[in-house]
Amino acid sequence: MSDTFTMDSPQPRLLDQTGQGVIGTPMNRPDGPRKVSGQACYTADAVTEGVAHGVLVRSTISRGRVTGMDLASVMSIDGVIDVITDPRMIRNPAQGMAGEAPVQPGDAVHYHGQPIALVVAESFEAARDAAQRLTVHYETEEASVTPEGTSASETDDPETAGDFDAAWQAAEVKVDLNFTTPSQAAAAMEPHAAIAEWKDNSVTVHSSLQMIRFNKKELADTLGIDPSQVRILAPFVGGGFGSKLGLGPEAVAAAIASQRLGRPVRVVMTRQNVFDCVLRRSETAQRVRLGATQDGRITAISHDDTVSNLDGEGFSEPVSQASQFLYGADGLSFTQTVARIAATPAGSVRAPGEAVGMLGLEAAMDELAERLGMDPVELRLKNLPDKHPMDGREYSTRRLADCLREGAENFGWAQRGAAGMRREGDWMIGMGMASAARSSMLVKSASRVRLTGDRAVVETDMTDIGTGTYAILAQITAEMLGLSPERVEVRLGDSDLPGASGSGGSFGANSAGSSTFLAARKIRRRIADLLGCAEDDLTLQGGRARGLNRDMALADLVQEELEAEATIKAGKTAESHFSSGFGAHFAEVAVNEWTGEVRVRRMLSVMSMGRILNEKTARSQALGGMIWGIGAALTEEMQNDQRDGHVVTRDLANYHVPSHADVPGDMQVLFLEERDDWANPIQTKGIGELGISGAGAAVLNAIAHATGHRVYDFPALPDRVIAAMEVEI
Amino acid sequence: MRPFDYVRATAPDDAALVSGQIIAGGTNLLDLMKIQVMAPETLVDITRIDGLSDITTEGDGLRIGALVTNTALAQDARVRAGWPLLSRAILAGASAQIRNKATTGGNLLQRTRCPYFYDTSQPCNKRRPGDGCAAKGGEGRMLALFGTSEHCLAAHPSDMAVALTALRAEVEIRTPHGDLRRIPVQQLYHAPSDRPDRDTVLEAGDLITAVILPAPLVGSRQGYRKVRDRASYAFALVSVAGSIQMEGDMISRAHLAYGSVAPHPWTDGAVAKMLEGQKASDALFARVADALVPDRAPHPDTEYKRRLLRRTFIATLRQLTGLADTSGTDIARTQS
Repeated sequence: MSDTFTMDSPQPRLLDQTGQGVIGTPMNRPDGPRKVSGQACYTADAVTEGVAHGVLVRSTISRGRVTGMDLASVMSIDGVIDVITDPRMIRNPAQGMAGEAPVQPGDAVHYHGQPIALVVAESFEAARDAAQRLTVHYETEEASVTPEGTSASETDDPETAGDFDAAWQAAEVKVDLNFTTPSQAAAAMEPHAAIAEWKDNSVTVHSSLQMIRFNKKELADTLGIDPSQVRILAPFVGGGFGSKLGLGPEAVAAAIASQRLGRPVRVVMTRQNVFDCVLRRSETAQRVRLGATQDGRITAISHDDTVSNLDGEGFSEPVSQASQFLYGADGLSFTQTVARIAATPAGSVRAPGEAVGMLGLEAAMDELAERLGMDPVELRLKNLPDKHPMDGREYSTRRLADCLREGAENFGWAQRGAAGMRREGDWMIGMGMASAARSSMLVKSASRVRLTGDRAVVETDMTDIGTGTYAILAQITAEMLGLSPERVEVRLGDSDLPGASGSGGSFGANSAGSSTFLAARKIRRRIADLLGCAEDDLTLQGGRARGLNRDMALADLVQEELEAEATIKAGKTAESHFSSGFGAHFAEVAVNEWTGEVRVRRMLSVMSMGRILNEKTARSQALGGMIWGIGAALTEEMQNDQRDGHVVTRDLANYHVPSHADVPGDMQVLFLEERDDWANPIQTKGIGELGISGAGAAVLNAIAHATGHRVYDFPALPDRVIAAMEVEI
Repeated sequence: MRPFDYVRATAPDDAALVSGQIIAGGTNLLDLMKIQVMAPETLVDITRIDGLSDITTEGDGLRIGALVTNTALAQDARVRAGWPLLSRAILAGASAQIRNKATTGGNLLQRTRCPYFYDTSQPCNKRRPGDGCAAKGGEGRMLALFGTSEHCLAAHPSDMAVALTALRAEVEIRTPHGDLRRIPVQQLYHAPSDRPDRDTVLEAGDLITAVILPAPLVGSRQGYRKVRDRASYAFALVSVAGSIQMEGDMISRAHLAYGSVAPHPWTDGAVAKMLEGQKASDALFARVADALVPDRAPHPDTEYKRRLLRRTFIATLRQLTGLADTSGTDIARTQS
C-alpha cells in the first residue's frame, strides 16, 4: 500500500548521513552496455510474430476536410492490407501531462502534414508506398499559416509587479530591443513509434513515450475504454526532449489498426512524419525593455512576446518565464500574444520558455551593460533580487552570484577586453556570458522497492529517456539500503508499475528519485525492526545492517521479501519557497570577418542545481543542453512555407542540429555544492534543462563582443552575421 | 519504396546498362527512392564492373575510374600532392560513412537538394516537367544565383564537381554503342531551360567511365572555401574553388569555379581575364567581385548569396595570392 508524503517542510539530509558512498558518484549507467550492444529493446525492436506495418498518411492541404480516398489506387499494391480512418484518431500528440485525449478531428484537416489515415501492409515498404500513392480528395478552406498573417490571436492581460510604466519613464538608461527565434524541432534520435496488440479486450502498446502515467489515461480516453484495459511499455526511449511527453498519433493508429485487424501492428514514423506532425517549439517574436539607473540598478523589466499554436491547443511557449524571477526591478510587466495558425502545433521542447526567452533577456542584459559601460557579470551581480520579484516567495537556495564569480574566474573573463579588438587572421575573437536559470518542480510520483537478502528491486513507471534514470534510482536505493548498486535492479517504463512523475520539466529525478527514496526509507525502518533497533541507530553499509551492538549480513537478516511503496507530492514548501537551478555560461567564439561563420572555441558553465545524484549523467545533461544552446544560437531553424505552412526542413540534412565540428573540444561544466532542503527529501533540483537555458545567449553575446555588432534574429547564420557587421568592403 | 528489379552489370558493354537506372554508391538515389521522388523499375548495379575503380597516371595528369570512392580519391597521395583542391573539396562534403560509399561518377550525378524537389506534395518541374515550381515564392535559402530558368531555381550541391571544374577536368563517357567521348565537367550539365528534369547531357545507357584530371598549374596555390550553415555535414551556401599561379606578386593564371550558386558548377571567363596579368590587391579583388556577382538574385531568399559570394571570393583570392595568412585554412600549395 502506498501512503502519500506531502512536502510541507524541509526534510533532514539523510543521504548525507548514510554510509554506502554511491550517491553523487559518476557511476556508469547500468543500461549502457545493453544500449551500445544493441540489446536494449526500443519500441520498434519489440516486434512479435505476425506484426503488420502501418505508415501514417499526411494531409497535403492546410485546412479543410477529407471528402474521400481512392482506396482502389492502393489496395492493389502487393501486401497492402487496409487503409484505416477512424474518428478516434488524433490530430497531433497530446500536450505534456494532459491525461486526456488530444483533438480528434474526424475528417477535418487543421494543418499541412496532419495524419489523416493509416495504411497497413505486410511490409513497411509496401505501407510507405501506399501512403505515398494514396489519392485523397479534399474540400479546402482558407488558412492563415504565419503569426504575421493571422487575424486570430489572443493577448493575455499583462502579468505585472510594481508599476512598470512609471519605472520605465523614470529610467535613466534604457534598452528597448526586438528579437526573433524560429521554430525548433526536438529531433530525438529515435523516431516516434508504437506497436499495439490486443488480447482479451485489453491493449498493450509499446511506444516511445516520456510520461507513462499520463499516457495511459490519454490512450484510454482516446479509445473510449477504461484505463485498466491499457498497458503501456517504454523501457527504453531514444531521446524525447519534450516531443514524447504526450501520446502520439502513431500509438492511437496502431491500437485502432490492431483492434480492427486482430493482429499486432507497428507504426514507426518516418523522419518526415516526425517533422510534419510532432509538436514543435513555437517561433517567438520578443520585445525586451530594460531600464536602469546610471549606476546600473535595474528599475524596469518588461518582456513581451508573440508565439503561435494551432486552435485547440492549450500550450503556449512561456517565453518570459525566467525574466520573471532572475532579476529584480521596481516595475515588471510581461504580456503574451498567441497567434492561431494552421501549422504543425507547438508544444514543450526542452526548457520551454527559458530556451528561447533567455536568448532575448540575456542579450538585452548584455546590451544594457554595454550602454552602462559596465561589465556584464557585474551588472548581473548587482541586480539579484532578495525574493521572487513577482510573487514574493523566498528562493529556496540560489548560488547564482557564486556561479557568476566562479565562472568569470575559471574562464579568464578578466582578459576579455573591449569589443571588436581581438583578431587571429581573418577571425575576430570574442567572449560572452549569460546567466542560467530553470525553475524546478516536484510532481506527484510513486515507486516500489523490494528487498530480499541483499538484492533490491525498484519498480516504477518512470522512464529513462537517455537521462540516466536507471543509474540514479539504483544509486538512491543502494545508498539507502547499504548495497552495492549492482545489487539493485531498476524496472521502468511499464504502466503496471507504480505511477511516477514521468520525464519532463526537469522534474523526473526530483520526483521519482524522492518516491524511490521514501520507499527505500520504509524498507530501512523494516530492517531496523528486524534488527531490533531504532531507525536512527541503524547503519546499512556493504550489505550489512548494524545497530545496537548487532551486526548482520542482510542476506541473513532479510530472509523474506520486504516490500514498500511510497508516493510523494508537492506541498507547502512550494508555496513558501521558489526552487530553481541557477548557473552562468561563458563562451568564446571566433567570427570570420569575410563569411560571417561562427565557431565556438570553448565554453564553460558553472551550475548550482541542488544535490547531484550522479556526477557523470548530470554532466552529460549539462553538456547536452549547452550543445543545444550552440544550436539555438547558430544553426537550428525550422522553416515553414509561408503559403501553406508545410514544414520545409523535414529531415536532418535540412534541420541543422549542431554537428561534432560545431562543438568545441573544450566544454567544461563545474557543479557548485548545494542542497535544496525546501525542494524534496533528497535535496535535488532539476538538471535536464538548465544547461540549455541561457547557453545560446552566451554564444550570441560573444559574437557581439567579437564583432562589435549584435544579431537580433536567431540563429546567427552567416548571412545574418554579415548583415549585422555592415562592413563595406 | 516501390518494388524494383535489381540487375548487375559486369562489363562496360553489358546490355543490362540500358535496361534501367544505374546505381553505384546509391548515397543519393536510395534516399530519393525511399521518398519516391525517384521510383525506377530496374536498378542496374555497376559496382562489379572491373577496371573502373583505379586511379592511374595519364600523361602529367590522372585518370580516375568512375567507381573510385570519394574516400579513396581524397586520400590518394598523388591527388593530395598535385590537386589538393580536389581532396579538400571532397573532404568538405558529406560524412566519412557517405564518402566511403559515394563514387566519383555518382557524385557528379547527385540531384539538387532543393527541399521542394524532395517533397512530393509540392509541384516541381525537376520531378515532373510542366508541374510548376513551388520553390518560386517559397523558402529559397539553398537556391541558385546564376543560370536559373523560370522553370527551376535549384542549385547543384556537389563540392567535388566544383573542384573538378576549377581543375579543368574532363568526364569520359561510354555510349551504348561503345564510343568513348570526353567532355569538360561543366558541359556534363544541362542548363535547366524548360526541361529541368534533365540534369545532364547523358543519354540512356551512357556510362561515365572516368574523370580525367589534366596536369595542375605548376606551382599553383589551390583552395576550396565552403561556407555553410553549420561547420560540417551541410551543403554549401556558396563555395569557391581556385587554383592560382603567381609570378612574383602578379597573377599569371586563375582557374576558378563556384559552387551552390547555379544548377551546375559555375564559372565566369571574364573573371580570369580581369585577374590574369594583374598584381594581386584588395582593390583588384573588390573590382572583380563586383563583376562576378549578379545585380539581382532570382529569389528574395538568395539575395544574401550575392553578398556572401562576393565576400567569399575576395577572402579566397586573398589567401590564394598570399595577401592573407593561410594557416589553419583549406589552402594548400601543389607539391610539384
